[in-house]
Amino acid sequence: MTVALSDYLVVSALLFGVGIYGLATKRNAMRLVFAIEILVNAANINFIAFNRYLWPSVVGQTAVLFSIALAAAEGAVILAIVVVAYRIHEDVDVSELNELRG
Amino acid sequence: MVDATDATFIALSVATVGGAVVALEAKEIIYGAVGLAASFFGVASLFFLLDSPFVAIFQITVYVGAVAVLILFTVMLVREGKGIGDSAGPGAAFATLVTVVALVFSLVESFFAAGFPDASEQATAPNFIDIGKLLSGQYAPVLELLALVLAASALAALTLAKVDPVSKTGEKEAR
Repeated sequence: MTVALSDYLVVSALLFGVGIYGLATKRNAMRLVFAIEILVNAANINFIAFNRYLWPSVVGQTAVLFSIALAAAEGAVILAIVVVAYRIHEDVDVSELNELRG
Repeated sequence: MVDATDATFIALSVATVGGAVVALEAKEIIYGAVGLAASFFGVASLFFLLDSPFVAIFQITVYVGAVAVLILFTVMLVREGKGIGDSAGPGAAFATLVTVVALVFSLVESFFAAGFPDASEQATAPNFIDIGKLLSGQYAPVLELLALVLAASALAALTLAKVDPVSKTGEKEAR
């Protein structure tokens, strides 16, 4: 047996499932950040695997480079927001952060 | 027959998915952050297996080197809250679990039904010189835009994190 494209896709789907589960059940803002990063990584595996197996160029890898940089930028902003929310509420439970609720 | 590549792939997959599970389910959130770093590292190793060393090293520097450390520091700054439960109730968690298992199962099922050509990697591994050509040619405007976005996000993070003593006491009194 050699490692096939579908094996990578299965790993990616499992990571995606773990990320969705975390995003739906957790209420701690830090865990939500973890879940988002896991989801981004699952998508990146798909890009690289499809690029390696089905497409003879590096477009997929380039897209992943952009995606990683964007995820880093997004992570910085989210973590800053979490720190500010903690400073104001002394808590990071997202069900408590409801001041913007209409 | 399981050869060395398969064994490596299986070990890395287990480390990646296991790290993600630890990240979400560890009792102490600091262990969760370490599990997340392990998961990032596993993903980088999978990139190596897929003959994409440049992206793998980029992943290690940015995710393991920057994002994971940033998360660790934030976890240190943000202690657990007032003891309110971390998760939704057990009923909601179970319902989500069932939904997610069904989702993953249907995804996997569709991968196998799609009939991708098995074990037929492209003959030549993509060369990272081509990445440089793409980045400096066709995708140069995207790169410039990305640089602007990164600068904006850094500015935004700094602005958000700036402690303003006057407004801070004002908020304290208002509460």
